[in-house]
Amino acid sequence: MPITRDEVAHLARLSRLALSDEELDHLAPQLDQIISSVAQVQEVAADGIPPTTQATGIDNVYRDDEPVPCLTPEQALSGAPAVELQRFKVPRILVEE
Amino acid sequence: MDDLTTKTAAELAAAVAAGSVSAAEVTQAHLERITAVDGDVRAFLHVNAEDALAQARAVDRRRAAGEQLGALAGVPVAVKDLFTTIGAPATCGSKILEGWYPPYESTITGRLRSAGAILIGKTNMDEFAMGSSTENSGYGPSHNPWDLARVPGGSSGGSAAAVAAYEAPLALGTDTGGSIRQPAAVCGIVGTKPTYGGSSRYGVVAFASSLDTPGPFGRTVLDAALLHEAMSGHDPMDSTSIDAPVPPVVAAARHGDVAGLRVGVVTDLSGDGYQPGVISRFTEAVELLESLGAKVTELSCPHFKYALPAYYLIAPSECSSNLARFDGMRYGLRTGGGSAEEVMAETRAAGFGAEVKRRIMLGTYALSSGYYDAYYGKAQQVRTLIIQDFEAAFSQVDVLVSPVTPTTAFQIGERADDPMAMYLADLCTIPSNLAGNAAISVPCGLADEDGLPVGLQVMAPPLADDRLYRVGAAVEAAFNSRWGHPLLTEAKGLISS
Amino acid sequence: MTVTYEEALQGYEPVFGLETHVELGTTTKMFCGCLTAFGAEPNTHVCPICLGLPGSLPVVNRRSIEFAIKIGLALNCSIASWCRFARKNYFYPDMPKNFQISQYDEPLCTDGYLDVLVGGQTIRVGIERVHLEEDTGKSLHVGGATGRIQGAEYSLVDYNRAGIPLVEIVTKPVPGTGYLAPEVAKAYVTELRDVLRTLGVSDVRMEEGSMRCDVNTSLSVRGSGVWGTRTETKNVNSLRSVERAVRSEIARQAFVLDSGDRIIQETRHFHEDTGVTTSGRSKEEAQDYRYFPEPDLVPVAPDPAWVAEIGKTLPELPSARRARLIESWSLSELEFEALRNAGALDAVEATVAAGASPAEARKWWLGELARKANDAGVDVSELPITPAQVARVAALVASGALNDKLARQVIDGVLDGEGGPDEVVAARGLAVVSDDSALLAAIDEAIAANADVAAKVRNGKVAAAGALVGAVMRTTAGKADAPRVRELILERLS
Repeated sequence: MPITRDEVAHLARLSRLALSDEELDHLAPQLDQIISSVAQVQEVAADGIPPTTQATGIDNVYRDDEPVPCLTPEQALSGAPAVELQRFKVPRILVEE
Repeated sequence: MDDLTTKTAAELAAAVAAGSVSAAEVTQAHLERITAVDGDVRAFLHVNAEDALAQARAVDRRRAAGEQLGALAGVPVAVKDLFTTIGAPATCGSKILEGWYPPYESTITGRLRSAGAILIGKTNMDEFAMGSSTENSGYGPSHNPWDLARVPGGSSGGSAAAVAAYEAPLALGTDTGGSIRQPAAVCGIVGTKPTYGGSSRYGVVAFASSLDTPGPFGRTVLDAALLHEAMSGHDPMDSTSIDAPVPPVVAAARHGDVAGLRVGVVTDLSGDGYQPGVISRFTEAVELLESLGAKVTELSCPHFKYALPAYYLIAPSECSSNLARFDGMRYGLRTGGGSAEEVMAETRAAGFGAEVKRRIMLGTYALSSGYYDAYYGKAQQVRTLIIQDFEAAFSQVDVLVSPVTPTTAFQIGERADDPMAMYLADLCTIPSNLAGNAAISVPCGLADEDGLPVGLQVMAPPLADDRLYRVGAAVEAAFNSRWGHPLLTEAKGLISS
Repeated sequence: MTVTYEEALQGYEPVFGLETHVELGTTTKMFCGCLTAFGAEPNTHVCPICLGLPGSLPVVNRRSIEFAIKIGLALNCSIASWCRFARKNYFYPDMPKNFQISQYDEPLCTDGYLDVLVGGQTIRVGIERVHLEEDTGKSLHVGGATGRIQGAEYSLVDYNRAGIPLVEIVTKPVPGTGYLAPEVAKAYVTELRDVLRTLGVSDVRMEEGSMRCDVNTSLSVRGSGVWGTRTETKNVNSLRSVERAVRSEIARQAFVLDSGDRIIQETRHFHEDTGVTTSGRSKEEAQDYRYFPEPDLVPVAPDPAWVAEIGKTLPELPSARRARLIESWSLSELEFEALRNAGALDAVEATVAAGASPAEARKWWLGELARKANDAGVDVSELPITPAQVARVAALVASGALNDKLARQVIDGVLDGEGGPDEVVAARGLAVVSDDSALLAAIDEAIAANADVAAKVRNGKVAAAGALVGAVMRTTAGKADAPRVRELILERLS
């Protein structure tokens, strides 16, 4: 099933990517082509086959509830585009979570 | 070229340990080589000469004080810019992290430092490890030392080019869909994807978490084994790290021998789309194995043809989530005005390249409610089937072999805006990533059509990494004997200078 | 135009549910070794992992699993033999990775219940699931009038709280509580809080945010059997607010439905000052969180032996304690509730342990001491008197050494810091006087001063002796042993 330019625009919004119209024009057909191709997986009969999300088969990995030295505030904020009151300063948030 | 830069890592380590050369001299020689050729090769994004020399002098002091140092003490290692290292930037080949200096060190580079290896610089890569040519780098592509108009492969192309151009004897890369093996093959050097979980991902910026595997590059099988051993092992900071001894890869590399080994040729990894010269060299490599005493059979892994589509669902899905953190709020690029939501979207649009954007949207699509089962869910089932194919195969043979990649190094620009064509480079390498197996690329000659390197891929079950080196060493020795010299010395132009 | 709560209940049956987030009292965070301590300077308890720096990886804090299993067992849940963490993907500045590691379709605990006591009735609240997730950072919104997001110019984010382990406890919908819905909701949260406190897994302070409730409410047209659309109410920051939020939302929804409109499935915000909810984010464009199993973590498969061990070490839960005390103290459920509501359970139990009878202990703690606490504006548990001291006073009364009035003076003395009961008795000379010769002197004085009353007693009107007893009590400042005084008077005048 082909993916429309509008659907691609929607994906861009969901992914927080402010694509220009030119980019959308360029990327949408490519995405359509890729999605059609990867849809091949649906040809595989896989009833009753469990999915694998972790190839190692490891389970139960834990750490003890013991403190470990952490970063200084200077280190934590070292890459920050904007800082105020030892906090990360971010632009106004529109939608409350 | 300086004598020191043509030495192998094993030779350099021995010389430093014996005191016949200082770590500072070795580092200096390589820094000079980088200065001489990197303008053309563009393997490196960052070289801090002062820091590298300071590391080397520290190693010399420690050695003089009688301290026991690691097997690679004094040996320069180039580091893919995906690893976090203190004191150097980590861009991941992206504009969105331009100038970001990580405040912490990756486990692997930390261990190498403690062992006395010299981290000589950060290498170029496809942005966030997505690509097969370094053309997706936000900082321009790297160039194949065999032919500067061609790609060095990717995503760890910078690391491969650095080693092939004698700028460093060793390099670190990561392999998610073939990103060590394919560059190694097209640059004529050795590259290994260790067993997934065999080397720590802590401090390795995540692309596809369940597939990413840090691994070594070297010009020889032994060199790659030395780095493999030094960088591997359990890490409590990585929950997916395997708690088991590192397979004896160095010992295996010193004892190449395939007599009686059962070798399976994967028939599905051949056919249309494979360059004839690649097939010829591969066929010869298989015949060589037979002549060395291996028992060669053919077998089929029927689900391998679905590996590529499954990979291009799983990897983008994981990466769409892994890359969400790059939003201009805490580090890296911030651009655009207005609300936080607007700044995030502008920043990501400006900071990410086209391939990254494609994969993020693809991943978002595959994980969306209503599509999850048919795409991501199905792909993970295909993954199980591929694991079963491998298990069935390994119940009959000890290793599997195939070409590494269908073609030799292509021209820069040839596939740049053709994602599907670019993805085909991963055909042979992807199955091992999905299954978490170990796999290696070893040079097996030059293609007749273009005189460019071809790699032989050897695959082994998880935690049987040593088998790769056993086979690799045997093949390497036999081919060097047949050719009279290592393959790399045939590289024209840049290398001979 | 509005609808009152009573009017609403005539036409509709309320159904509610609660989602409670509890910050676990582990020493370190869910996935890293940073401290969880409250109130630190901003961004001083952060590391690459909880900041979500590129290349960082989570590792599960074993104690958080242990605490979550404890909670699940205390809530009568089944503990999963195998489960995973999942990523909940959405963009928000207080979430460093723009995904939250949580659990989706494989929660650690499922299908339990918690019994709550309301108005003497036991109501069983079903528990759908208990799962683990990481907390987010905290934002200060700057520039707006109220410090809220609306109208802010920018925000300042502190990630100290990011990564603290949270347990999310989700009830099954609770129908059939009718008029009592708000009380039941409040009682559930109260009981849950008590369970968590007893388990020692969290300090559960709603005012500090270590326990947060979201309330879901819907109305069913009475008799229809069809459940209505539900709304989710956030910012419910105290037990009282739980009750008020449910009450106000029931009334609001009834008004909407009566007006012929439909209820929008949305998130609403509760306002402490006005006691009503206002519209927040519309849940109609439901967020697609694109959940998938967390690839950086491996499955959690708790060893059955470990789970059993945790079960064995569970402390006595509030419901068990309630049943035990009701039985051993012969209380009605309402009497028990009175004790519980006064915050006097621990004190009474300790006083009984120190030797007092349950009745005496209750009498002092619910009576005199509750009054003193109220006057001082503190909890009974905060009064400067110990259960052992109260038991001593009760013992002195039982032995006759003190009477009620004197006992109250002794208690005053202890509360004023004059020392223990015996010291106060000695210092103030508050012992009951039972020495006959001392009493006789006072009795003769009273008889002389009240000759007419004495005459009545001599003539057989025994009841009149009470006035003489009263006179003796006054002259002895209440210290006389009243029954003995009465005996002696009757002997004297017979």
